[in-house]
Amino acid sequence: MTAPTMEPEHRQATAGSTGDAALTVDGLWKIFGARADKIIGTPDADLSRKDLQEKTGCVMAVKDVSFEVAPGEVFVVMGLSGSGKSTLVRMLTRLIEPTAGSVHLGGEEITSCDEKALRELRRKRVGMVFQHFGLLPHRQVIDNVGFGLEVRGDDRGDRRGRAQEMVDLVGLSGYERSYPDQLSGGMQQRVGLARALAADPDVLLFDEPFSALDPLIRRDMQNEVIRLHHEVGKTMVFITHDLAEALKLGDRILIMRDGAVVQVGRPDEVVGAPADDYVKDFVSDVPKSHVLTLRWVMRDAKPGEADSGTSLPAETVVREAARAVLAAEGPVRVVDGDRVVGVVDDEDILRVVVAEEHAS
Amino acid sequence: MTAVDTAPEPAAAPPPKEEQPRIVTRDKRHTGWKLLGIAVVWVVGWSLLKGQNTLAVPFQQLNSFDTWINGLRDDIQAAAQTNWFFHGVIGNISDFFNWLVTQIQQLVSIPSPPRPVPEIGWLGVVALLGWVGLAAAGVRWALLVIVTVLLFGFCGLWQDGIDTLIITVIAVVTCIVIGIPVGIAMSRRKWLSAAITPVLDIMQTMPSFAYLAPLALIFGIGASSAVVLTIIYSLPPLVRITEHGIRTVPATTIEAAGSMGLTQSQLLRKVQLPMARRTIVVGINQCTMAALSMAVISAFVAGPGLGQDVMNALQNLDVGTAAVAGGLIVMIAIMLDRTTTAASERRERVQGRVASVSGMGVMLTNVVLERLPRWASEDSRVSRRRPSALMRRISLGVVAIPVLVCVYLSRQYIDLAQFPESWDFGGDIARKINDFVNWFVNQVDTFTTGFKNLVTYGLLNPLQDLMAQSPWWLMAFVLLSVGFVLGGIRALVAVAVCEAIILGTGLWNDSMITLTMTLVATILVMIIALVLGVAMGRNRVADVTIRPFLDTFQTIPSFVYLVPALALFGVGRFTAIVAAVAYGVPIATKLVADGIRGVSSTTVEAARASGITSWQMILKVQIPMARESLVLATNQGLLYVLSVVVIGGLVGGGSLGYLVVSGFSQDQLFGKGLAAGIAITALGVMLDRVARYSAARYGRG
Repeated sequence: MTAPTMEPEHRQATAGSTGDAALTVDGLWKIFGARADKIIGTPDADLSRKDLQEKTGCVMAVKDVSFEVAPGEVFVVMGLSGSGKSTLVRMLTRLIEPTAGSVHLGGEEITSCDEKALRELRRKRVGMVFQHFGLLPHRQVIDNVGFGLEVRGDDRGDRRGRAQEMVDLVGLSGYERSYPDQLSGGMQQRVGLARALAADPDVLLFDEPFSALDPLIRRDMQNEVIRLHHEVGKTMVFITHDLAEALKLGDRILIMRDGAVVQVGRPDEVVGAPADDYVKDFVSDVPKSHVLTLRWVMRDAKPGEADSGTSLPAETVVREAARAVLAAEGPVRVVDGDRVVGVVDDEDILRVVVAEEHAS
Repeated sequence: MTAVDTAPEPAAAPPPKEEQPRIVTRDKRHTGWKLLGIAVVWVVGWSLLKGQNTLAVPFQQLNSFDTWINGLRDDIQAAAQTNWFFHGVIGNISDFFNWLVTQIQQLVSIPSPPRPVPEIGWLGVVALLGWVGLAAAGVRWALLVIVTVLLFGFCGLWQDGIDTLIITVIAVVTCIVIGIPVGIAMSRRKWLSAAITPVLDIMQTMPSFAYLAPLALIFGIGASSAVVLTIIYSLPPLVRITEHGIRTVPATTIEAAGSMGLTQSQLLRKVQLPMARRTIVVGINQCTMAALSMAVISAFVAGPGLGQDVMNALQNLDVGTAAVAGGLIVMIAIMLDRTTTAASERRERVQGRVASVSGMGVMLTNVVLERLPRWASEDSRVSRRRPSALMRRISLGVVAIPVLVCVYLSRQYIDLAQFPESWDFGGDIARKINDFVNWFVNQVDTFTTGFKNLVTYGLLNPLQDLMAQSPWWLMAFVLLSVGFVLGGIRALVAVAVCEAIILGTGLWNDSMITLTMTLVATILVMIIALVLGVAMGRNRVADVTIRPFLDTFQTIPSFVYLVPALALFGVGRFTAIVAAVAYGVPIATKLVADGIRGVSSTTVEAARASGITSWQMILKVQIPMARESLVLATNQGLLYVLSVVVIGGLVGGGSLGYLVVSGFSQDQLFGKGLAAGIAITALGVMLDRVARYSAARYGRG
């Protein structure tokens, strides 16, 4: 179930092979209801959500989802409410049991491990940040952050030290002794972030962590995640319903609709080559010049055009290239490494920028 | 714009089909007409057949069920020495509690042989209890405890007061030991909750009076019976609230904890219990109040304590003495309520939780509602840091030294061991109260008699005539059809079962009289509750003024309400009704007020914007929208009222309650008393089910 528009070369570049992926999800299903496991593999599984519910009383939450996340990648799952994205992220650590399919973390299969191994894995290898924070109101910030370390049995000195580091890392120094309800929403989510980081997990899962926050604070927190990603370099799976957030944070984006994958790709792929009308509709409001790279607007060079003059890398975002292209005498060469892959001229740039003006 | 002017807008395209909400069209039920029809049939039937087949039985006459119970009791008494169950299980439980009560009594309230006085004298007891109050709740409440306990002595009821406390405390401790684990288990296993909840439902529907006879049948009478009775009665609220507290820990928090790999026991210890702690302490508060209430009523099964004094005084129509003992019970109630409440709030403070928006609201209310002056610097609201907990421990330790000195002194000096008789003002106070009551009743006699006559002749007599003089089958039919019209088929079944049980006890006629009194009292309760509740719901000042009184009234054990009612209205049915109304009003008023307050402020604002008058607002917006709360208030009002109406048997309330009372005083009437208890329970369940099922049908607007 991969997106039809994915170009092979991009796929190669972005997704690692099974061996070294940080997280591999293969054919994951979740159907809520009695005898749900009997449905997979029958023609019923292909029914629409509504028809399936009418026929069997079962609700299809996640339908045959597969993807891989490379180490250090920020992988965003995006969809509207009810698209199954929150169910999907919960199945990654089996907070919700999958109906079928497998999840591998590193080399270890999560979907088949026993209760004890699962608990170890949750304690040490995966951290999670929740939309509604899930903080403990009866504990101070520092004890909330160190909670995961406490339950896995680290001794008090170690966990205080580690928790303090995390508190400093997320910029809450000075609030260690506060209680969650004394903090603003943004600060509470920083506590949630610090708590997830404290166990030094391989993978961080974010379930719509900023949806409950004000827009300005949300932006701060997004930048915070970008900063933390630079500093700690964790693999992240990030759930959101906000396309702008997805485009801003994601190395790759998986778009879900009614439990199934609609498209997987880099931000520019999603915007430049939407898989279907649903995605197209979604991305129609996105300022294309902010997302598309020159690769998406260039054309083949006519004879002579590619011989000399200014050149820009193919991955340059249109907005950043605009000034240089407009200032140049003739068409600008677009290069991938040393190879010239095409050219752009004023016309190509303006088409993207002006189309936007027009749309807005 | 009126509805008539609004033509359907042709431009509006119908939304896509799947998005249209399904509209359930309900047939109009014509409830009013149906009820009127039933009433007509009833009145016509009554006027034709009045006095026939009423199943009235003379007071002393026993039926086969009663004699069978009497026989059963004799058998059980005989089997107490031999049968493994009654000897081995019941006997041991009984012996254990008797032993425990006696041990504690000898420690603090009765002579402990060979000493002529208890192990710890009154001074030591006062000091110890004050210290406990300090540890649990703080300086102010410790003072309240000390004053209350000293009053036992000054009123000449030292031993009875302490005994009441002993019964209550033993029961509460046992409840905590049993109830909290059960509540936790129920919160974790659905099937367990599903199995136990209906039992708790029935237990909480049963009027306290109905517990007496079956318990006496098994445990006999005396202290152990009183303790067991109190435990059984006060257990349900604690179990319920514990389960509720643990269940309502937010799912997001549980999930977050799960994502960190907590084990089940870590989840319980580190997340659920700490987060539910405050709720659980509220449960302990409820449990304590229920325990006190039952400890008082257990006087009927010869339980020791202040209940005995009230009961004897009521039977001798000695209002003064009853008022002294009743006043002490009220003091104990306030003391226990305030200390347990303060304990729950203090926990919160020690953890340093301050002022979230909701917290601020609670705090403001508390500040406004505090009924006692705030003395202690120790209690200054917000102490942020944990070190204050350490300070508190140190200060408790320091205070413990003089406490121990008091205990020591009270063991050495007879005057400090036995409360000096020269300080006993109980008799004087009782006489003064009697004088005052006589004077006061004379002053207001015209008013009280007028009111009494108005209700008696205007409502009570006609209704009782109608209900008790109709043939039993007509009455049964009326109840069945009313139940069906209001609550549907489930209510019909419930009424049928309960009617069958009442018929089986052979006390149909008495039950109808009790039902009449209950209905009359409930009508009065709802009138008062509506007036007060609407005022409180609409007006902040009214709420802040009235609510503390309601809070206090609610903590007073039902039994005590009989005292002022008796003083004002003398012996009779009406006194029982007045006491029942007084007992039912607080809870009903609070529910109405909360319902009115709960009406969405947007709706109120929108109504106001359309130029509505205050009366229209009340009648067309607030009361209809608070319907659910009104039904709930009626339900609770009914149950509260029933429980006091039957206790009113003691002051001439007659019918079922009187039979229960007589069952304990006259040996051969025991069976009939127990039958009356069963009939009371059946009445309670019937009223509760009808109210509940009609709430389910009409509650949602």
